[in-house]
Amino acid sequence: MTESLEDTIPRLEALAADLGLRHHPVDFEIVPPTFMMEVAVYGLPVRMPHWSFGVRWIHQMIQHRMGHSKIFEVVFPGNPNRAYLVNTNSVEENTLVVAHVLGHADFSHNNMTFARSQEQVGYHIVEQAAAHAHRIQEVIDSVGTRRVEEVLDVALALEPHIDTDQPLERPPYGRRSRDRQASERDDDPFRARYGHLPGEEPTGTGARERPQPPRIPPYPERDLLWFIAQYAPEMEDWERDIFLAVRKESYYFQPVFNCQIMNEGWASYWHSRLLREADFLPQQTYVDCMKTHSDVVRPYAGDRQVALQVNPYHLGYQIWEKLVEAEGMEAARQLMEQEDDFAFVRNHLSAEMAEELGLFVYSARQNGEIRVTESNLHELHEAILRPKFHFGAPRVYADELKSDGTLILRHDHQGDGAGLEVERARQVLDYLDRIWRRPVKLYTTDERGREICLKPGLED
Amino acid sequence: MSLTDHDSRDGAGRWYDLFSRGTRDWLRHNEKVREAVREQLPDLVAGSDVLSRPDNRTVQVPVRFMEHARFRLRDPSEQKGAGQGQAKPGDVLRPAQPVRPGRGGQEGGGEGEGQITFVLELRIDDILDWLWDELQLPNLQPRQGSNVEADEYIREGWDRRGARSRLDRRRTMKEAIKRRTAVGEGAVPISNDDLRFRQLARRRRPTTNAAVFFLLDVSSSMDEHCRKLAKSFFFWALQGIRRQFTAVDTVFIAHTVEAWEFEEQDFFQVHGQGGTKSSSGFTRALEIMNERFDPGQYNNYLFYATDGHNFSEDRSRATDLLLQLAPAMNFLGYAEVSHQNHRRLDTEVAGIWREIALQYPSGSYSLTREQDIWPAIKAFFTDQADEAEVAS
Repeated sequence: MTESLEDTIPRLEALAADLGLRHHPVDFEIVPPTFMMEVAVYGLPVRMPHWSFGVRWIHQMIQHRMGHSKIFEVVFPGNPNRAYLVNTNSVEENTLVVAHVLGHADFSHNNMTFARSQEQVGYHIVEQAAAHAHRIQEVIDSVGTRRVEEVLDVALALEPHIDTDQPLERPPYGRRSRDRQASERDDDPFRARYGHLPGEEPTGTGARERPQPPRIPPYPERDLLWFIAQYAPEMEDWERDIFLAVRKESYYFQPVFNCQIMNEGWASYWHSRLLREADFLPQQTYVDCMKTHSDVVRPYAGDRQVALQVNPYHLGYQIWEKLVEAEGMEAARQLMEQEDDFAFVRNHLSAEMAEELGLFVYSARQNGEIRVTESNLHELHEAILRPKFHFGAPRVYADELKSDGTLILRHDHQGDGAGLEVERARQVLDYLDRIWRRPVKLYTTDERGREICLKPGLED
Repeated sequence: MSLTDHDSRDGAGRWYDLFSRGTRDWLRHNEKVREAVREQLPDLVAGSDVLSRPDNRTVQVPVRFMEHARFRLRDPSEQKGAGQGQAKPGDVLRPAQPVRPGRGGQEGGGEGEGQITFVLELRIDDILDWLWDELQLPNLQPRQGSNVEADEYIREGWDRRGARSRLDRRRTMKEAIKRRTAVGEGAVPISNDDLRFRQLARRRRPTTNAAVFFLLDVSSSMDEHCRKLAKSFFFWALQGIRRQFTAVDTVFIAHTVEAWEFEEQDFFQVHGQGGTKSSSGFTRALEIMNERFDPGQYNNYLFYATDGHNFSEDRSRATDLLLQLAPAMNFLGYAEVSHQNHRRLDTEVAGIWREIALQYPSGSYSLTREQDIWPAIKAFFTDQADEAEVAS
């Protein structure tokens, strides 16, 4: 099996290059399914220990045992890319996976969201995550599981609360700008000479001008992981390190999440095209590959005729097929480079295509009833994209750090259109309480839209 | 490109076969669930589900997966989603679910992780240790002064006189230093007053056998609810006693106007008819004790569970019998099981028990709900310890 794959990979790569795919080299590794499952659960091959991964893992195991889940491919962008193939897959399946992975490699190399993220995070996230895990294990050995867990509980809970519009490496607020202003004032001879009006008391005003302590944060801060690591009054260094490690991994996950439909669609488009044009493949291999292809990009699972979610492989694949057909590969490549899922779905999922694919909007009521609703294209777009808004999390931001160390968090309920789930929010505040070690308050709204203030550890 | 196949390498490279991160984190999750279970244990074990197999030394406790909380939006009354397939506006893909009483609205919906439960198997011995810890229960005090107790010598305290072999050098030096510090300059290094000798005390080692008598009123007024309460109370009292003594014998007696001895497994199944004569149960207990459980050899305990109704003409006879039983008992426990609307401990039998309490170590507990069981068990063990303290 390995020999024939070893043969096929370079030929597929050459073909991909001929067809215009450009990417960093890919390291393929053949692994057992158990390993694959962990990779899927942890999001990275080696990652920090946390009990919540254990819960996800056992769910995955159960799904797998029941035959509901088969993980075909996992690839980590970087230089080189790292791709994993399962040793229980057939050669045909793995041939398809190789072609699919080349599509991903092309995507992550050229898409702007990915490129920017990799510039920030670096090209070795797999090794970095392993180093984080290693460092955290050392901390566990010295301070104990429980204390490290307390930090990971909150850091991982806040995983989606980053701000990728800001660079990964950020200086504290105002330091740079204030320093610059001060030095400019001192050094500038013009200012020194004409800074005061003729006849004005040169010293008096300066003394009376009491500088207002700058408000922290100066603007609503969405990057809670960074803010807490930077400004928590009493965190220890190892605790801040863990926060920054989680944050870095989250920066890495963000483009994967925000471009999922595009990325899976692009990879699916390319695996089907590469296999179609790979005349070096035996006919039977091609047929078997395409059967796997249709399994992967089918809209529903099993025998069901209706799915209550949209398969990103299928949707992305269909949109790309149409785009390439209508506008040509060059135009498609440009879109691939510049867009993310939000633009991709809103700009390119047309009403005709939605009709053709049988996409619909449904409403699920609290009494359990699920009913297909009358909807327009805009509503369909939003229904597909809603789970992806703001990295899948409510918009909670740090509003103020008071002089006594009190942290004021606010939830932008208008932006999100709903308040927070109180029980869970309070639990997150409980996690945070152990790290912040000063009062923490979170403002959101209740069911009737009135502002409420949540605090850790309180029933009401 | 490069293709690495770890399967084909010898030995090296199969590092991921050596351990599983998933298993590691799953085990940690279970450990945390166990801790959480432990914290709410008194509530959990009060539920009679755990009593399904009293012989078994483990119980199975259904628990939920622990959820790692994140900020989430409150579900609106109507949630929009996108689907795919053969469906047109107006189609109902899933009908409304019937409302399940007693469940919070938040639990609805087909949500994954929070919903699934799994069963944790706990050893009863562990549970008991946790409970004793958690409730800060005293251990049972064996009875003092019965004739099977063996003498043993144990070190206890110090004295200024004693055999040379028992000189406690460390303590003597300590005394000397204390004195020299107080006296200051010119003090002698060691004086006779500094000497300390270890004392040996002769202690009676209590016997470690116990016999527990469970009396249950099974007359027709004792309904399912009452039996369940009695059963739970008996079960945990017995577990607590087992925890203390190496050998525990049990006697199960059910009575109406008559009384019978049963095996443990049949005991809670017994249903009787007709009225109540407590005296019949006490008579049977007295007979069995005289036959098999000489109070000189055993630490005897007696528990009686009833709804408190007894024929009033039985009162003096029942009191007499109980007064004969009481001196042979380490402790007598009375559990009055009833429905909430009953008056508490104001019944015929409770009256008998009040008389006993004047002279003998005993306690009365009123149980109307499952939540009453743990306080009652706690009270029993605390009362018993207090009585034992007074007695010794």
